[in-house]
Order: sequence, then structure tokens, then C-alpha cells
Amino acid sequence: MISDLFTTTVLIGILASGIRLSTPYLFAAIGETFGQKSGVLNLGVEGQMLLGAFASFYVALTTGNLWLGLLTAMFVGALMGLAMAYVTVNLHAEQGISGIGFYLFGLGMSDLLFQKLMGTVETVKGFPEIYIPGLSDIPGIGKIFFSQNILVYLAYLLVPLAWFVLNKTTLGLKIRSVGENPDAADSLGVNVARIRYFTIILGGTLSGVAGASMSIALLNVFQQNMTSGLGFIAVALVYFGAWSPIGVLGGALLFSFINSLQLWMQVLSIPIPSDIAVMMPYVVTILVLVATVSKVRAPSALSKPFERGD
Amino acid sequence: MKKFTWFVTLVLAFALVLSACGTAATQAPAAKFRVAVVMPSSTTDLAFGQSMYDALVKVQKEMGADKFEFVYSEGMFVVDDAAAAIRDYATQGFDLIIAHGSQYGSSLQEIAPDFPKTSFAWGTTVDTFGQPNIFAYEALSQEGGYVNGVLAATLSKSGVIGVVGPIETGDAKLYIDGFAAGVAATNPDVKVNVNYIGSFSDVALASEAATTHISAGADVLTGSAQMVVGAIGKAEEAKALWFGTQSNQASLAPSIVVASQVYHWEVMLKEMIALIQKGTLGGQSFTANLANGGQVIEFNSGYSLPADAQALADKTIKGIIDGSIKITLP
Repeated sequence: MISDLFTTTVLIGILASGIRLSTPYLFAAIGETFGQKSGVLNLGVEGQMLLGAFASFYVALTTGNLWLGLLTAMFVGALMGLAMAYVTVNLHAEQGISGIGFYLFGLGMSDLLFQKLMGTVETVKGFPEIYIPGLSDIPGIGKIFFSQNILVYLAYLLVPLAWFVLNKTTLGLKIRSVGENPDAADSLGVNVARIRYFTIILGGTLSGVAGASMSIALLNVFQQNMTSGLGFIAVALVYFGAWSPIGVLGGALLFSFINSLQLWMQVLSIPIPSDIAVMMPYVVTILVLVATVSKVRAPSALSKPFERGD
Repeated sequence: MKKFTWFVTLVLAFALVLSACGTAATQAPAAKFRVAVVMPSSTTDLAFGQSMYDALVKVQKEMGADKFEFVYSEGMFVVDDAAAAIRDYATQGFDLIIAHGSQYGSSLQEIAPDFPKTSFAWGTTVDTFGQPNIFAYEALSQEGGYVNGVLAATLSKSGVIGVVGPIETGDAKLYIDGFAAGVAATNPDVKVNVNYIGSFSDVALASEAATTHISAGADVLTGSAQMVVGAIGKAEEAKALWFGTQSNQASLAPSIVVASQVYHWEVMLKEMIALIQKGTLGGQSFTANLANGGQVIEFNSGYSLPADAQALADKTIKGIIDGSIKITLP
């Protein structure tokens, strides 16, 4: 019944699920925002996430230390970012193609390591939900916002932080200028290569965390190809969010809430075919994108390699 | 431009190395029976792919490594890649090539006539395309689903059961429909909430679907296909019971898995091999069910099932085998 959707249990359920589902998107898409703001399109996010997910899971499984797992995911993501930066900045490789190359590398490598080191699906005890005295007990709100694990909070803290860095700091100004007009930035003494190295490595690090947020915080398992296209949706969310962390947050939440809404619709036996239900998040996202796209413009130098004119 | 070419070469080299890992096969003397299997998922997915891998390992143990050898290509979600692998194996002279996924049917229909001396098998289906060198195999998953459903209805205290499914088709749909029928036959007041997430690989959404079921009051859950591994974890956190299918999932959550329906493809594999060795290369279809041992309900010894529930399960299995229980699917 449609009216069943409007009970408190269901509404709380939808919102809490939506917040959880949006977490990996936020890490990955905010990281990607930095890269694209500086003019680099990284399609390898999915591969970085998979390697991050595996690395953190394996370290957490063998050492029992979740923080060490998270650090490993960051390190692995950063290494992938470093390689991507070398290929795109120094070798001037076509960004889209090399990104896909890195995706395939991450997909194959995480699978290979999983087969060789683990061989079967196992579980770990991931980051627990944090109980905040007082806040967690507020009816409704407490269950939605204050009963999540640490990485969910970090993802949401990252949004204003990223906005601040991009819009209110000199570093942010340099990143934006490199993405809009690298020649002008270069002539004013900004080191284009160094800025791009920084944003791509930061993006890789955050993608690694996005993977870890799945394997050792939200799901607590690792399986081959467990991100199943999530990294590519994160790239799309950057366009959707008009290259702004706040916009990315809006897109991630919209997509995740509609996804959790369709889960509940099926559970409540609302008579729509499951195929239509699972399409909903994608259809709504495309509709919103079409409705808003005319107002935004991509960074001018996006996906263009920078070659210093002498 | 030169550097770009260098990079493309590097990427291609990587791709070559990775794909070579998948399809490497060793040459063997002709006396060995050689099987190659191509599957969409992996040999370690605790589901459909692993069920075939485990079966091949069992056959190899029985026949001996000097008489039986198998290789596999996994992760073949792209049907074109799978078709190429199938053709490669056929060219290398394998005795039997198994295309373990119903999406490979049309490729097999094209390839098989080019290799009349090679035997092919595919599933889950009953369709051999009328080809003399294609075997078909299927599992009556609704039988195990029914048994799991009977037990689930008996064990549920809240009267709500949650099901996490992939896409509403094939083996998963059979299992889930059978499960719902088993619940309805045991206690019509128990509600079965079914959720198809539209994917065989989205672990995150499957696990969120399980959380949704639990919030909706479910205290018993089940699910089909390889993406349910995260859902099992959510069930364990909430201390809800879990029923598995395709492979024994007790290792993931020993305290809550009651029983798993497990496919024993080795039963039909052995028949197939015997036929091939006598010169029949195909044209027949095989069915794995409770009666012929191709499907088995494996109870988790770590979970203490009440004696009356165990008796009811045994009675249901017996009833399905002797035909006194008829499963009506919607």
C-alpha cells in the first residue's frame, strides 16, 4: 500500500539507509571533484576503490586493526593516484583512456590478490556504529543521523571541508585556475604539474577510503568487483553536482534516497515491477541533470593535457 | 604522441597478462578427460560459480588427477569474451566445455556446430538446441526453496520473512517462488517480503535491502546469487536467521545460517562424462533435484535446530522426493 510509505518506521528507514548508501559516493566523488577542478578527468575511480576495499579488508582481517586497514587503503589509493598523475601529467596521455586502463588494472589486481591471499569470501568486524549519548536517543533523528559508523561522519565532514578548501583558500584558487586556464596560471607562477599531482593523488586517496568504507565499515566483506559500477556513478555525480562539493552531496543524497525508497517500495509490496523500481534512482538522476544542466559549465581545461609553451 | 603509443602498449600488455591468467591451460596426454568451464561469476563466490567449481573438484578426486583435469575462466560477465574463451578451449581440444550461465546459450549455439567432435554443456536450461554435441542442465531450485520456506515459516517468531533477490528471472526466481510457496503451505499468516535489487554484483544494495527487511520486522531472511554475502552479515548483526542457496553459506555466519540448498553438479557431470566416453556428445538435458541427489539441503551443525523442525524438514524433503508434495509456482 502506498500509504504504508508514510509511517515513521519507513521514513526513518529510508533516510538512514540513504545516508549509509551515500557514504562511498561522497568520498569518491569529492576526490574526483578535486581532480576535475584542476582539469583532470579520472575514470579509474572504480579501480582505486576496489584496490582500497581489498587492501583495507585484508589488513583488517589479518591484523585485526581497522585503522591500519583504512591507512593501507589510503596508501594504495594514493599510489594509484600517483601512477595516474605520472601518466596524465608527465606523459600527456589521453585521460579518459588511461583512466579506463587504471580501472581495469584495479579490477583485475584486486581479484587476483583476493584469489591468491584469501580464496574465499570472509567477514571482518568492521567499524561499529557510534553511540553518542543524548543525540543517538533523540527519536527518529538519532536513528538517522547519530547511529552511524565513523566513516559516515567523516564523509559528511569532508563536504564542508572540501568546499572551504576549494573556494576559500589559496590552494583552492590555484586548483581552480589550473583547471580553467593552465597557461595563465603557469605564467603567474603556479606549478600546474604539482597542483595536478596533488589533486589526483588526493582523489586516489579518497577513492581508497571510499572502498574501505564499503569493505570494513558498511558491508564488512570483500568480494570480487564488489563496487559494481559505483565508482563510475561517483564520476557522474561530479557532473551532476556541477563541480561543487555541495552539489555532489545533493546528488549523492538524491540518488541514495531514491534507491532506499525503491527498496522499501518492494518490501511494502507496492505493485510495481522490480525492474521499474531499480531503474528509479537512475531515471530521476537523469531528469534532474537535464533540468539543471544548462546553468553549469565544466572547468575549461577539463581532460586537456597541459604542455608548457616555451 | 610517442609517449602515448608507449602507454597504450603498456595498457595492452597488462590486458594481455590479465586475460592470459584467466585462460591459461596446460597441454596433457590424450588419456586424460579434460574439462573447461566458463562462468560469469567466480569459483569462490559462495554461490552459483563455486557450486560448479566444487563439483569439478569432487569429480577430479574420484577419477584421480591423472584421469581428469579441468581449467576455468571466471569473471566472464561479458558474453563476447566468454564466447571467445569457449572457442579457444574448443580449439585446444578439450573433451567437454561447460558454459556455466544461461546468458551463454546463443554463443554456444553458434560455436558448437564448428566443433562436432567436442562436447558442450550449458545451464541452467533444458534447451540443447537440437544439437548432437550440446548437453543442457538445470536445477529444480524451487524444491530446496520450498524446504527452506517450510523451515523459515516454522522458525519465524515475528511472522515476517525477507528475501533478497538479484533479477527476477531464472534460477533465483525459481528458488524464491519455491521458498514463498513453502512458507504459504506451512503458515499462510507469515508475510514474505521479496526484494529484487536488479543486480548480481551490487553487494552494497543487497546489504541495504537486508537492513530494510529487518527494519520492516523480518526475523528470518534468505537470498539468492553471489551479491548476498553482505546481506548475510546484516542478518547476523540483527541476529536474524538466514537460509542459503547455491552453495553452503554457513561459513560466513555460523550462528545464524540454518540450512543451505547446495547444488551437487557432480551427479550429472559423472553421467555426462560416462556418456561422452561412450561416444554420446550431447542432445540430452539433465535435471538436478532432491530425488537424484543433484540438490541437497545441508544443515548447519553450528545452529541447533529444534528436533520437531528437523523432523518437519526431513518429512518435506521425503514428500518432494516421493511426489506427495507438489510445488505450485505462481
